[in-house]
Amino acid sequence: MSDTVTGGDTVSRMPKFLRRADPAVATAFACIIALLIFGSLYSSSFLSPEYLLQQLKVASFLGVIATGMMLVILLGQIDLSVPWTVATGAMMASAAAAFGPMGVALAIPFGIFCGMMIGLVNGIGVAYLRIPSMIITLATNAVAQGLMVVYTGGFSPQDSASEAMRYLATGSLVPGVPNAVIVWALIGAGTVFLLTRTTFGRSIYAIGNRERAAYLSGVDTRRIVMITFAIAGGLSAFGGVLLAGYASKAAQSMGDAYLLPAIAAVVLGGTSILGGRGSYLGTVAGVILITLLQSILSVMQMPEAGRQIIYGVVIVVMLLLYGRAPASR
Amino acid sequence: MDTAPEETRPLLHMQGISKRYGGVRALEDAELVVHAGRIHAILGENGAGKSTLIKVMSGVVAPDQGRIVLDGAEVTFDSPAAANKAGVVCIFQELSLIPELSVADNIMISDPPTRFGMIDRRAQRRIAVEALARAGASDIHPSALVKDLPLSRRQMVEIAKALARKPRILILDEATSALTAADVSKVFDVLKRLRSEGLALLYISHRMHEIAELADDCTVFRNGQKIATYKAGTKSDNEVIELMIGREYQNVFPPKPAPNAAAKPILECRGLTWTDRLTDINFTVRPGEVVGLGGLDGQGQRELLLALFGVLRGCTGQIVIDGEPVRLASPAQASSGKVGMALIPEDRKTEGLMLPMTVRENLAFAAMDKVSKHGIIDRQAEDRLLDEMVKLLAIKTAGLEIPVGALSGGNQQKVVIAKWLMRHPRIILLNDPTRGIDVGTKQEIYQLLRRLADQGAAIVFYSTDYDELIGCCDRVLVLYDGAIKRELVGDEITEHALIASALNIDVAEAAKMARANA
Amino acid sequence: MSEWRYWFAEQKGTLLALGIFLVMFIIYTSNHPAGFTANVVQTASNKGVLLAFVAMAQTLVVITAGIDLSVGMIFLLTNCLASWLVVGGPVETTLGVIAVLLVGVLCGALNGAIVIYGRLQPIVATIATGAMYFGIALLLRPFPGGSVNEDLADALTGRLFGVIPASLVTLLATVLIIWVPFSRSVYGRAAYAAGSSEVAAYMSGVPIKRGKFLAYVLAGLLASFGGLFLTFFTYTGEAAYASGNAYTLFSIAAVVLGGVSLFGGRGSVIGAIFGAFAFRTIGDLLFVFDLDPLWQPLFQGVVLLLAVSLGAFALFRVKNRLEWFG
Repeated sequence: MSDTVTGGDTVSRMPKFLRRADPAVATAFACIIALLIFGSLYSSSFLSPEYLLQQLKVASFLGVIATGMMLVILLGQIDLSVPWTVATGAMMASAAAAFGPMGVALAIPFGIFCGMMIGLVNGIGVAYLRIPSMIITLATNAVAQGLMVVYTGGFSPQDSASEAMRYLATGSLVPGVPNAVIVWALIGAGTVFLLTRTTFGRSIYAIGNRERAAYLSGVDTRRIVMITFAIAGGLSAFGGVLLAGYASKAAQSMGDAYLLPAIAAVVLGGTSILGGRGSYLGTVAGVILITLLQSILSVMQMPEAGRQIIYGVVIVVMLLLYGRAPASR
Repeated sequence: MDTAPEETRPLLHMQGISKRYGGVRALEDAELVVHAGRIHAILGENGAGKSTLIKVMSGVVAPDQGRIVLDGAEVTFDSPAAANKAGVVCIFQELSLIPELSVADNIMISDPPTRFGMIDRRAQRRIAVEALARAGASDIHPSALVKDLPLSRRQMVEIAKALARKPRILILDEATSALTAADVSKVFDVLKRLRSEGLALLYISHRMHEIAELADDCTVFRNGQKIATYKAGTKSDNEVIELMIGREYQNVFPPKPAPNAAAKPILECRGLTWTDRLTDINFTVRPGEVVGLGGLDGQGQRELLLALFGVLRGCTGQIVIDGEPVRLASPAQASSGKVGMALIPEDRKTEGLMLPMTVRENLAFAAMDKVSKHGIIDRQAEDRLLDEMVKLLAIKTAGLEIPVGALSGGNQQKVVIAKWLMRHPRIILLNDPTRGIDVGTKQEIYQLLRRLADQGAAIVFYSTDYDELIGCCDRVLVLYDGAIKRELVGDEITEHALIASALNIDVAEAAKMARANA
Repeated sequence: MSEWRYWFAEQKGTLLALGIFLVMFIIYTSNHPAGFTANVVQTASNKGVLLAFVAMAQTLVVITAGIDLSVGMIFLLTNCLASWLVVGGPVETTLGVIAVLLVGVLCGALNGAIVIYGRLQPIVATIATGAMYFGIALLLRPFPGGSVNEDLADALTGRLFGVIPASLVTLLATVLIIWVPFSRSVYGRAAYAAGSSEVAAYMSGVPIKRGKFLAYVLAGLLASFGGLFLTFFTYTGEAAYASGNAYTLFSIAAVVLGGVSLFGGRGSVIGAIFGAFAFRTIGDLLFVFDLDPLWQPLFQGVVLLLAVSLGAFALFRVKNRLEWFG
């Protein structure tokens, strides 16, 4: 036992920020810098503030969606309903905007509300019906898709985004800083606070580690799981609202391109896919990393096929660098 | 035993074994000599290095230094499979059975009989039936899935599985901790037979009377080193315990104060019934009382504690708190301020703690409402309360920010208890809280329980260790087949009475039998 | 308990899947304008067999407590490859088939290597490899096209003796040649053991790594069977992202319907096959009731949602709330 204490002492002698820095987060940031250097060799405009801000703006859509994904992954679950939750948020917000001034005013909240409802169904399924999240979110994704297909008649929706949605996604309240980035920053700050300073956040980590122990400690774990899924659904839908504002309208399969990157961003940021471990800073790093990678590939005019291959290879290689489970021996 | 161990060549000789985990020294230049045809007990507190020694011996971990000499030849085991092949088989404390496979599959898991490259199920089943019979567990059906068996049956399957591997050295690491008394005696017969067949048996247990009954040789470990090897029966229990803890051993149990019959009961159970596992349970607990739950393992004691704590569904009967019937449908309700219950669960690793999370997060987890306002945690208030708790229970930790999994077993258990004490519970339920923890911590827990009772808490305490029930409890309720068969009060609580009522036989009758045997 | 009750308990999931399938199929055929004819059965089995192969592949991985989110993409990749290679004379065609199956094996081996020897979580690893496989498929077939040996295709999608669908016979042969030996072998049991409790399996000296690896490899092989069959049905190769994704998702649905535990260690490929056929039949029910195809995705989604929620009724039997947490 005395040994445990000595071992602990070495840890506590290290500076606080080093002690807390996750090697995964550090690696992710190192990779971001490497990508920037690589990009600047390819094109001199790569390091210009305009380009970087543009990248941050693009990243913020993924960032909002990945935030919800991260909360769910911290629980040890997964949300595969992201594609059609994003699309539902975008379509419903745009649809509401077509209903006169009242609709315009409520467009954004209504879009988010629809996403939260999808998340709520996920949450009830996972928490109260104990259905594996991979299954129930897959099913709700299919239902959301079905609903949207019926609603739009299978064509691209005709409604366009409201002014507020466009302003939120493309305007800039502070000159030079895109609003989308500010939105992401606010959501990020809220998430960090939620995860580190509230009992709710601590319960999320605890459930991700061992729900049984959390339940026996007198925490209503089912309610927390349900609410977390609802929040995640709302964030996905909000991401959809922003995307609709960015593109001026919603599109059928607009969410498809966000499921894989959202999961990849969270996991590349060092959050354990098994739950219970991870920091928001890591998710931020993961989101920026993914966005930069996509951007560089498109700057290089890589065809879709090559992009997909490189994308897969990069994720596998990076995870092999630091995302490995400990050896069994 | 006609040949003294010194005269024959040892079957297994471990020399200068060292193993570190990170900065923690688990074994330092450890030594062990094992002879064929003898049962060798290994004793030591938790963290003394016993488990690591066994893991090295059975190929689960690789030592940093040292040699293992088996039958005169040096060997290295790079996996449990390699050790098994050399005849070293371990029955682990953590069960090594695969829940979704059948008993027969499990028994023959590592080396099944094959025909044309496929597993020969008929042959496998025949061997499994034989092995079960050899282990004295013919009641277990070879086609049953392991996950459907109760813990004690699984342990028997585990033993049968080890026997089917034809070991030369059989290691039992707390292998009896989950067994019923009847099974323990069967297992002991098996072990004695194996000894006469020339096997070397290594026996690790915290139960002194088991060791006294079985062992030929004993080796005591402390702080990763061998302290002494001696022949069984040459040292008194007190001497042995001194070797283990390195200090004088006295006053195991705190004194019991006189009962206060005038106090109004806090907790009352009226006709509590749940499925076929609990039948018409009636009892009361007053503040200041420590009430034990006795009986053989698996007679409904765990279920009773879970039922009180709101975990079981479909209970009938009443739970009465302070004279008011309450409905408890979750641990959240049971631990709420009005009821004030706490449950120290059975398995601290899966039910008590979130092992990878910090000591801080674990300690504060059951009492988050005490350290937060509107759901926002007040770090200063938290620090203050946690420091108090760490001091109160003398939890040995390098700080609040290290993962609780890095603490020793005893200190982990203290964290589980401390996290509930932060809520100042009035009714404390304990489910075998000292299982697998060291003597020193056990004593601290006994003292703590009594102190809490003196401060007015009502304590319900289930233990598989009769000594604890005798030493700690004011009353003991003995359960048999889900019902309370007998209540022992004060001086009535003797080992004799406990065992007799646990077996559901008349106490006076049993005393007579005992005298006749003597 | 007598012997057959243990057997029944073990096969409960599979029998339930068979039951669901039979009920759905009876509703389907009894409402089908053509009724229960060889033609209807042939069409149903051809459609079902595609998903059945992919679901079999998924089952093998799920048994090890993993998940393969790349099965749909292996299915696409081998489809695209087959539309290049499985052409020409008998020798060429045979070599082509072997090459396609070999690529499936390679894909499975890559997944297995990354998950087992690279120690990455299967969800993330196979999402990433799935992207790679899709990329390669897209390289092979940027636009739908290609061709296939039509004699072979017609033979394998037609009927034997005018009654029995050849695709069903192929499926049965696959089960006998791949699944039965695997499940009864030491490695198959190692895969089950690892899925049920990896620590216990390691402690028991089970060849976990080889067992799991073999499961992933065979999963790749089975997915490539599916890819081949897709080519036989369509005569072309197409790298359709949505279709690959759908097959991955439907394979998970089929596995769940088939009584295979997503937590590993329990279930069989047979159950998953029934699950796949049941799921396909459910999707087609809409057509026999003559509803607007626009409603099909919603209908399929709702059925899926209901199907997975049905399992939750077992919860009401749970008397100990701790069992919620597995």
